[in-house]
Amino acid sequence: MTAVTAEVRNTAVKRRRHPAAHGEAGFGFAMIGLAVLFVAVFTAIPIVASLGLSFFSWDVISTPEFVGLENYQRLFNDGPVLKSFGVTLGMAVAIVVLQLTIGLALAVLVNQRRRVWMRTAFRTAFYLPLLASTAAVSIFMGYLFDYKFGGVNYYLGLLGLPNVPWLTSGLGAATTIVLVAVWQQIGFTFVLFVASLMSVPTDVLEAAQIDGAGPLRTLFRIKVPLISPTILFAAVVALINAMQLFDQPYIMTKGGPGTATTTVTISMYQKGFQNLQFGYGSSIAIVLLAVILIITGLQFLAARKLVFYQ
Amino acid sequence: MIRSTGTLARIGRLTGFVVLVIAAMVALGPLLWTLTTSLRTPAEAFTNPPQWIPLNPDFSNYGAVFDRIPIGRFFVNSVIVTGLIVVGQTITCTLSGYAFAMISFPGRSVIFAIFLATMMVPLQTIIIPVFVIIRYLGLSDSPFSLVISALGSAFGTFLMRQYFLQMPRELGEAARIDGAGHFQTFLMIYAKMAGPAIATLAILNFSGFWAEFYRPLIFLQSRDNFTLPLGLVGLQGNLGTGSISVVLAGVVLAILPSVVLFVFAQRYFIAGITAGASR
Repeated sequence: MTAVTAEVRNTAVKRRRHPAAHGEAGFGFAMIGLAVLFVAVFTAIPIVASLGLSFFSWDVISTPEFVGLENYQRLFNDGPVLKSFGVTLGMAVAIVVLQLTIGLALAVLVNQRRRVWMRTAFRTAFYLPLLASTAAVSIFMGYLFDYKFGGVNYYLGLLGLPNVPWLTSGLGAATTIVLVAVWQQIGFTFVLFVASLMSVPTDVLEAAQIDGAGPLRTLFRIKVPLISPTILFAAVVALINAMQLFDQPYIMTKGGPGTATTTVTISMYQKGFQNLQFGYGSSIAIVLLAVILIITGLQFLAARKLVFYQ
Repeated sequence: MIRSTGTLARIGRLTGFVVLVIAAMVALGPLLWTLTTSLRTPAEAFTNPPQWIPLNPDFSNYGAVFDRIPIGRFFVNSVIVTGLIVVGQTITCTLSGYAFAMISFPGRSVIFAIFLATMMVPLQTIIIPVFVIIRYLGLSDSPFSLVISALGSAFGTFLMRQYFLQMPRELGEAARIDGAGHFQTFLMIYAKMAGPAIATLAILNFSGFWAEFYRPLIFLQSRDNFTLPLGLVGLQGNLGTGSISVVLAGVVLAILPSVVLFVFAQRYFIAGITAGASR
């Protein structure tokens, strides 16, 4: 990265001396103009505006009223909203753990297959759920997890297990949403890990085999450390996504039963867009952002000890 | 590859294969069930065991979707919104990615750093101000609100920049000596070479925005403006459990374009995921 920047700088210096470089800056600004305009108006300014709005009370129609830290005080005393942070964190941790372990296991197993067509077939199978929209997935999964008629309870029944109240009990609904999210997202981590595992040098694996290392030992002592940067990346992305869980609980359970699956983003949607409390909604959004940044930071700190860069 | 020939290793490989087959069945099962149930009469839709192979396919549910909701309209809305975002982002990101990689101008690294920082911020954090801006632009309840707020992308810019960085500068210099202008050099030489990166970005955007639910839910109010995912959820709400075959026919219609695209452009989907990883 530093080498690249240095190289870029050197060329830049050379170009500035060259007569043909005249007007290059103007051309550069023109080229980034559209992207800067749209990113500024619809991403960068809204970040600042969101922080600003969180200090106001505003119902979109009347004039905004400055209330200082009132929204934040309210948030930290708002039981249901605080609970939605707990619910989200719990489901997010479950999703990330399952997605990483299952994704890695499947990637290792697929990479052991020698026939290319077989690897392609499995990759396609694990990728297909990712192509359906979360709305579509939430709709058909809602039917499959139905208490009385759903296919999931039917097959559990064949195994002699009683019907599980998947969507009608608090724990059941949270579990269902975690399972559905993992089912759909597994293709993402799987593809990442397959690509990463293929980059593990064969001579290292051969050396390990000559030294008498079995498949499990090779996996945990050699492959996992070598692909640990990819594992960290997958964990960070999966966690950021899971902290924003919205579509599945909104469509499958409307956040219920009770508030069992009311995630932070559902709380924010209710306060901001249903009750038209834009200031309060913004404060929830800002706290969510802060939580995500803190967790991501902690992940990188923890990774310092665990991640191995070549 | 390393060959292990012991009996133990063979048992291990066989177990691994069985695990993979079961996992593939779990991955594909719900999709297959959705397809076959959409081909059953509403009366037999919820019978167990689920019928995995459609012996007497009944396509009437597909006609019924068109009768119950304006799904044709939703489809057209989704095509317009997704199409305009794909085209728009291809243009803005290719231009800016090229500039950040190949041209020196004051403030370049600062602006690029701000772009990178915005990539970290989740959509939920900015949705309220974006909704307000859309209102001020007079685009409330318009499908174009979805388009205009998605035309710039820090991630897309970053993706294109990485691709342009790998390209040789000598090509452009040669073109300049031959008398080509700045923009001509970009368009005739570098943009043409960026085909695979453009395809990756376009396909990532297509599958992402085709499936989008959150922004349409917030930006759109009248049913005629709905995109497919939003319209389908509405369809599900309007019907009782009796006609799930009809709902599932709609679901199949919504998923189909992405699946067809995947069949033809698998490698770009995969490239999209790994490109995101090589940050």
